[in-house]
Amino acid sequence: MKFETPATENPIDQLKVIGKATDRVEGPFKTMGRARYAYEWHDVAKNPAYGYVVGSAIAKGRIRSIDLSLAKVSHGVLAIVTAENAGKLGKGEFNTALLLGGPEIQHYHQAVALVVAETFEQARAAAGQIRIEYEKAPGAFDLAAAKDSAPMADKITGGVAASKVGDFEGAFAAAPVQLDATYTTPDQSHAMMEPHSSLAKWEGDKLTVWTSNQMIDWGRGDLAKTLNIPKENVRLISPYIGGGFGGKLFVRADAVLASLGARAAQRPVKVALQRALMPNNTTHRPATIQRIRLGTTREGKITAIGHDSWSGDLPEGKPDGAVHQTRLLYAGENRMTATRLAVLDLPEANAMRAPGEATGMMALEIAMDELAEKLGIDPVELRILNDTQVVPDDASPPSKDDPQDRKGDTAANQAGKGKRFSQRQFIECLRLGAERFGWNKRSAKPAANRDGMWLIGQGVAAAYRGNQTTKSAARVRLDSRGGVIVETDMTDIGTGSYTVIAQTAAEMLGVPLNRVLVRLGDSSFPVSSGSGGQWGANCSTSGVYAACLKLREMVAQKLGVSATDAVFSDGRVRVGDRDVPLGEVAGSAGLVAEDAIEFGKLAKEYQQSTFGAHFVEVGVHVATGETRVRRMLAVCAAGRILNPKAARSQVIGAMTMGVGAALMEELAVDKRLGFFVNHDMATYEVPVHADIPHQDVIFLDETDPISSPMKAKGVAELGICGVAAAVANAIYNATGVRVRDYPITLDKLLDGLPDVA
Amino acid sequence: MSKVSLTVNGQACDLELDNRTTLLDALREHLHLTGTKKGCDQGQCGACTVIAGGHRINSCLTLAVMHQGDSITTIEGLGTPEKLHPMQAAFVKCDGFQCGYCTPGQICSAVAMLDEVKAGIPSHVTADLTSHPQLTTDEIRERMSGNICRCAAYSNIIEAISEVGRGEI
Ligand code: FES
Ligand code: FES
Repeated sequence: MKFETPATENPIDQLKVIGKATDRVEGPFKTMGRARYAYEWHDVAKNPAYGYVVGSAIAKGRIRSIDLSLAKVSHGVLAIVTAENAGKLGKGEFNTALLLGGPEIQHYHQAVALVVAETFEQARAAAGQIRIEYEKAPGAFDLAAAKDSAPMADKITGGVAASKVGDFEGAFAAAPVQLDATYTTPDQSHAMMEPHSSLAKWEGDKLTVWTSNQMIDWGRGDLAKTLNIPKENVRLISPYIGGGFGGKLFVRADAVLASLGARAAQRPVKVALQRALMPNNTTHRPATIQRIRLGTTREGKITAIGHDSWSGDLPEGKPDGAVHQTRLLYAGENRMTATRLAVLDLPEANAMRAPGEATGMMALEIAMDELAEKLGIDPVELRILNDTQVVPDDASPPSKDDPQDRKGDTAANQAGKGKRFSQRQFIECLRLGAERFGWNKRSAKPAANRDGMWLIGQGVAAAYRGNQTTKSAARVRLDSRGGVIVETDMTDIGTGSYTVIAQTAAEMLGVPLNRVLVRLGDSSFPVSSGSGGQWGANCSTSGVYAACLKLREMVAQKLGVSATDAVFSDGRVRVGDRDVPLGEVAGSAGLVAEDAIEFGKLAKEYQQSTFGAHFVEVGVHVATGETRVRRMLAVCAAGRILNPKAARSQVIGAMTMGVGAALMEELAVDKRLGFFVNHDMATYEVPVHADIPHQDVIFLDETDPISSPMKAKGVAELGICGVAAAVANAIYNATGVRVRDYPITLDKLLDGLPDVA
Repeated sequence: MSKVSLTVNGQACDLELDNRTTLLDALREHLHLTGTKKGCDQGQCGACTVIAGGHRINSCLTLAVMHQGDSITTIEGLGTPEKLHPMQAAFVKCDGFQCGYCTPGQICSAVAMLDEVKAGIPSHVTADLTSHPQLTTDEIRERMSGNICRCAAYSNIIEAISEVGRGEI
């Protein structure tokens, strides 16, 4: 079905199942250890061989020679795959660097060989016997050094690279109150708990890969493209995914090498990337340098707002879209944004949870805190004062037939003037949050509160993340006993897809939740939105909605009635005085409906976004500078919340990742050798139990009929946007030390801390 | 290759293994008990936590041959589909997981951790070493910090463990 006009009342609005805090339907499998992840399919391939990946020891250059002689005769070795013997490989549309390097090396730990052996231990031992001689080439590894010569990027996700409205330079120069500050965010790693893993099995020229991938159809296409085989010959299966956060959006070396290894060894092969290989072998969130300029009246009204951002990537790579939210979040007549992209020879930069806004809000929301202090206005009030109900800078995505859009020039922006948000309860989030958090008890003066050795402070930040919509299909079967099976290639990466999809089908067809079986993550199922960009829940359930609507029509047709007259509830369908069990209508053959949701012009006519506010309290130890997060509250306005329990979990997870970004997460770059030094889970620090207090999340009551028939939006990424800045602002409030360089580790605070008394 | 006999979830298992095989791989690759997860294979994440002789250990950091005669409990040994272990049930109720990959390790760790508190073993945050440690949230957080959850269900995991702990201690 096409979704082109705002949703009116529909069966989802009954809210008998949707909107309930249902336990996850797959919960028992996961807690019993029975959910099967990519490396765990012992029954489909009885005797798989094991692959072990060898990563490049240099960042840039060439392999001069590769000596496999010892490895080949090592115990149990069945095959060794290298670029030399792998045949001609293509490159996936979503990949920047090749997944099997050699002789040219594009980045450190780029895979250069796969050793396949009878056992894991044998493969690992043999991998250590491969002797490679490299010829190093000089590379660029330092963003700060490359910054000034970095050219403007082509585009950012969801828009043009640069935009202008009014006369920013003039207005900023004339503003009585000005802030001009530069912030830096480091490279970050997804560090999902399940390593990228694949089991590949060939049957003739048909390939099946059990893998761990967020976007089944993208993965299927790119694996086929890389292996130079038809897409139809590839099947991907990925029902459980041990976390992704953007790191499993694309086909990675595990899938390609397992496939090549299985072809070479003529046996199913499984490969999991070794943990220590992951940060350099796969993708990461790139570091940014961001300059923010804000000019206001004495009363605090923004008259000029400017955001420049720099990031780096391999040649042909992508920039981080850190300026995105600055076009949409605050009012102001005169504006500019610009995104520059340096060529760096570090590993491939790419999407990580809320790419763009996650980093952009880390900078913008400290800037707003600094501005509030300059103005002597409460930071909550400053944000409210600069709210806008229309889009201030509509820098639409570039399109081929409109060259103007590429520049995001003023003419294009004028056209978008007056464009409204489908829903924007930003002020409500701030006000409710302030009330619940007890914001009025905060002292505006920094370093004014102390609890023993701990300096106590509170911080606030806005949360903003776009809501994207994309086509999603599903197939729904009704059997003769009234059971329902939903099939779609949608994935559940911990997001709760199984549960919200089951809830959607149960609501639409009027059957109990436990009569719905959801099957996900198989490329033989209809193509869904997949999981990314916080679009998964809204789009995939809308696809299921469409298929269920079709099934309702089929049921009505069988009964010879109109679907609008039929009432579906308690596993029965009622029309007038007829009351028939659904299974009976389906009959022994059952009924099958397949449909997709396709989003139309509403996405262009309205700006669809999610909003929120983060409130954080920290304690900073006066002697050591250690920061402890004491309290966290997020208030979110994100359309209809399909399952408050799963949605809350998404938000607390994102809040925690934001604490990581604020306090500890940083891939340390070796600028001489060109790699991330701390490439494992002990040295790339992520929050653990002891770092995180109880977290509170409030969802505003909201439905967004412009977004989809579900009237829902995404929420999983909103939760991370702004958190790090709220922590940073709380640290400032606690200590009076303003750190503009993430993560805020104790060494950056020590010098500025008050005397220990 | 060496022969090793283990009792896993109450069942005797005789294996012939490469000496280099970790306990984790013996479970996952040889006994096909894949509930125990491999997150890092180097002792950094806790996904591989199992209970060996009543103590929680990282099964990736120990070789199977070092466990001759040992009794091992994995996630598969804690509950059944008909009757979840109270910790498993509490995790489901409190949504103490998302992707589920750290979950078996969290649950095994939590079960053994409660026994440690019961036995009076202090932790880094126990204020008074001479009295019996209390099951405060700070104690649980400290004692569970070897089990990373990147989905970060921490707040909910603490609720689940507290709920079970209140019933037990
Ligand atoms: S797999 Fe053993 S600690 Fe990570
Ligand atoms: S549930 Fe995903 S890592 Fe814990």
